[in-house]
Amino acid sequence: MHIIKPADYARMLERLAPAAARDTALAAPSRRGFLKAAAAVSGALVIGVRLGPSEALAAAPTDGPMPNAFVKIAPDNTVTVLIKHLDMGQGVTTGLTTLVAEELDADWGQMRAAFAPADAQLYNNLLFGPVQGTGGSTSVANSWEQLRKAGAAARQMLVAAAAEQWGVPADSVTVEKGTLKSGSHSGNFGAFAEAAARQPIPKDVKLKDPKDFKLIGTRLPRLDSADKTDGKAVYALDIRVPGMLTAVIRRPDRFGATVKSFDAAAARKVPGVVDVVAVPAGVAVLADNTWAAIRGREALAAIEWDESQAENRGTAELLEEYKALAGTPGLKAARRGDASAGLAGAAKTIESEFAFPYLAHAPMEPLNCVIEKTADGVTIHAGSQFQTVEQAVTAGILGLKPEQVKIETVWAGGSFGRRANPPADYIAEAATILKAIDGRAPVHLVWTREDDIKGGYYRPLFYHKVRAGLTADGKVAGWEQSIVGQSFITGTPFEAFIIKEGVDGTSVEGASDTNYAIGNFAVDLHSPKVKVPTLWWRSVGHTHTAHVVEVTIDELARAAGRDPVEFRLELLKDKPRHTAVLKLLAEKANWGPKPGTGKGRGLALHESFNTVVGSVIDISIVNGQVKVDKVVCAVDCGIAVNPDVIAAQIEGGVGFGLGAALHDEITMDKGVVEQSNFDGYVPLRMSEMPKVEVHILPSANPPTGIGEPGVPGVAPALSNAIFDATGQRLRSLPFRLEDFKA
Amino acid sequence: MKFTLNGSERTIEADGDMPLLWALRDVVGLTGTKFGCGAALCGACTVHVDGTPVRSCQTALSDVEGKSVTTIEGVGGEVGTAVVAAWRKLDVVQCGYCQSGQIMSAVGLLSENRKPTDEDIDAAMDGNVCRCATYQRIRAAIHEAASNLA
Repeated sequence: MHIIKPADYARMLERLAPAAARDTALAAPSRRGFLKAAAAVSGALVIGVRLGPSEALAAAPTDGPMPNAFVKIAPDNTVTVLIKHLDMGQGVTTGLTTLVAEELDADWGQMRAAFAPADAQLYNNLLFGPVQGTGGSTSVANSWEQLRKAGAAARQMLVAAAAEQWGVPADSVTVEKGTLKSGSHSGNFGAFAEAAARQPIPKDVKLKDPKDFKLIGTRLPRLDSADKTDGKAVYALDIRVPGMLTAVIRRPDRFGATVKSFDAAAARKVPGVVDVVAVPAGVAVLADNTWAAIRGREALAAIEWDESQAENRGTAELLEEYKALAGTPGLKAARRGDASAGLAGAAKTIESEFAFPYLAHAPMEPLNCVIEKTADGVTIHAGSQFQTVEQAVTAGILGLKPEQVKIETVWAGGSFGRRANPPADYIAEAATILKAIDGRAPVHLVWTREDDIKGGYYRPLFYHKVRAGLTADGKVAGWEQSIVGQSFITGTPFEAFIIKEGVDGTSVEGASDTNYAIGNFAVDLHSPKVKVPTLWWRSVGHTHTAHVVEVTIDELARAAGRDPVEFRLELLKDKPRHTAVLKLLAEKANWGPKPGTGKGRGLALHESFNTVVGSVIDISIVNGQVKVDKVVCAVDCGIAVNPDVIAAQIEGGVGFGLGAALHDEITMDKGVVEQSNFDGYVPLRMSEMPKVEVHILPSANPPTGIGEPGVPGVAPALSNAIFDATGQRLRSLPFRLEDFKA
Repeated sequence: MKFTLNGSERTIEADGDMPLLWALRDVVGLTGTKFGCGAALCGACTVHVDGTPVRSCQTALSDVEGKSVTTIEGVGGEVGTAVVAAWRKLDVVQCGYCQSGQIMSAVGLLSENRKPTDEDIDAAMDGNVCRCATYQRIRAAIHEAASNLA
């Protein structure tokens, strides 16, 4: 996801928060401060850290100090870290807890994690401004100092408490693996939790020199492995509230249609069905169990939809329109030198086009949430990724203030971008149902897989047209790229801040800001209006831009008769991180010797979310079919907090990217989505998963993103490998793998 | 409806046509078995009926009358313990949502075949989708469990 300037987010929220709630909209964080508060809660030490916000925020209006509790030390010697981000599988509970444990010199075995309550003041994403939210692969990056400071402050208070009780100087107290020692004295954190809570808050703390890290950089076991392997982990779908009704919604077949009339008589007769109500999204059937709700929905009759505002075009027609648009001048997303003059003088020119389908995120846990009325507002139980946005949207629907909307965040069964939705769609649906039944029962809104696959908020359909040329001596003479695809930012409160001079940064990132030193360079953007709701999908713009750039670079290298590694290195001369990753990759993948007959190998290198990933894919052609044998990745993501979690994210990113390269595709016929479940929208399965090897470049720089950057390089490296093996160039996704001859 | 659930006799008052998945989750209150697709396409709802992995979303409650049902909450025994231990040792999970089903399928495989090849694993596990694509570690964990069972 694109990272937006903090000040922009504050303004965005003002727009987002409905009028009823605006006067209480999230005040900007208070003045620059540090370690403002700590509080003793039932014998536990709770350490609050207030970080210096960015300069942009420091200039914003200020309030009093607002403690920000991250660390709880209990008398039973457990240390619980409050996790302000959603863990949807990317392992942030483990990574963020490690940051605290490191500076606390805790023992990993005593560390626990708990999701923080929704609170934009206390638990905001420091890169998002006063907004709690997870995205853009920022969780560790924005918490890097904040949580280490929280751990260091807690350590200092524990040391002071121990020194006081033992009557020794504080600097004689050492801390190692959760044990405080001085001379013959020794004690654990739990023994000093209460006394530490009475210590003054340190004004400043010294953080460790990275060379002294004991936990960061090691392969600590994940905190969620046990509960996720015995059925105990609680996801939103597992929330059970007394009196809760399960709701499913019958939605229109075409995006933009609304319900006109329906006959609920048969649905109401289904045993277990309690109510049927019209909501903006369609017709909601409420029942005392999920099966009854689904059967009740099937029994809805005579539904008439108003399709006057609906999208009636199919994907084939849209693609034709996009192709025509690509041939016309668009908005200027990038300009360097003179691309057309460069191309006019080129010795060789490549012209190519690439189509990318709509993609559903299809997280394994279908979207769902529970909303219940409480004495002072509502509580939502959800795998919540945009807590602040969801509070504002819900407050608007129910006529509450955002702080009256409590969110209990739970484990999320995947997201890939889907749960971070500016309109907070499924949360809003649940709120509208609660409103429609006057809040008389808690509502568990459940999407079925069909709702998910057909429900929109897809990665947009994109079309790229490229002309790139070489000079007689094999240098890049010029590059012209036209990108066509919907903006999912337009029409949201984000619009005014992400879209600059008409150009949606999330549509062109990865192309307009390419790291290759191409002198004559032009990227144009067209953002046509289509009524299909769209959204960021794991790695956002890079899902398509990286593919186009890396395939085109490969084509240029081959046209120049150059080795693809050497060709890239030359274009990355003043990019030391990219150069280092590429060199490590070439070494680890044993780049150089041409693979044998029936084999191919391809390369891609791409930066996204401040992380550089290089990928080499080895394939075989077996009976005319492509088999992906092995993927070797090299990664520079700054300091590797947990190398094993990082490896897991790259392994998973490769699988996710491979699914998109080989299978994933949403198509529409006259506006109606043609896929509905995992038979039509085909996920990658075990037998297709290659061996993945991950090499992490040693680094002393702060951590950068890791949840998304494994995805973008997969499809282009595969295209390049297929060309290497067969001489056939596949550009559009998903690849049609038929009848290959090696 | 009477059946054995994780070793204990249970009587459930519910429509016999109700899928076992929803009976377990919404009637019994055992939520470790997951809903992923409702059409036997993803394997998230896999449980064992008389020791054999089945998709509980396509198994009617009446189909298990008098039979023995094991869910993720009841996994144990030599094979089950080895599989769960391997999953934890290799930190297989990411979002974790599909892993109940993955573990039930893996236990089914290793109960029948103590030394599965990669091809055996492909055949037994291809019905279990993981959108996080933890497949490499699932494969390694099955081999790890197999080596500990030898």
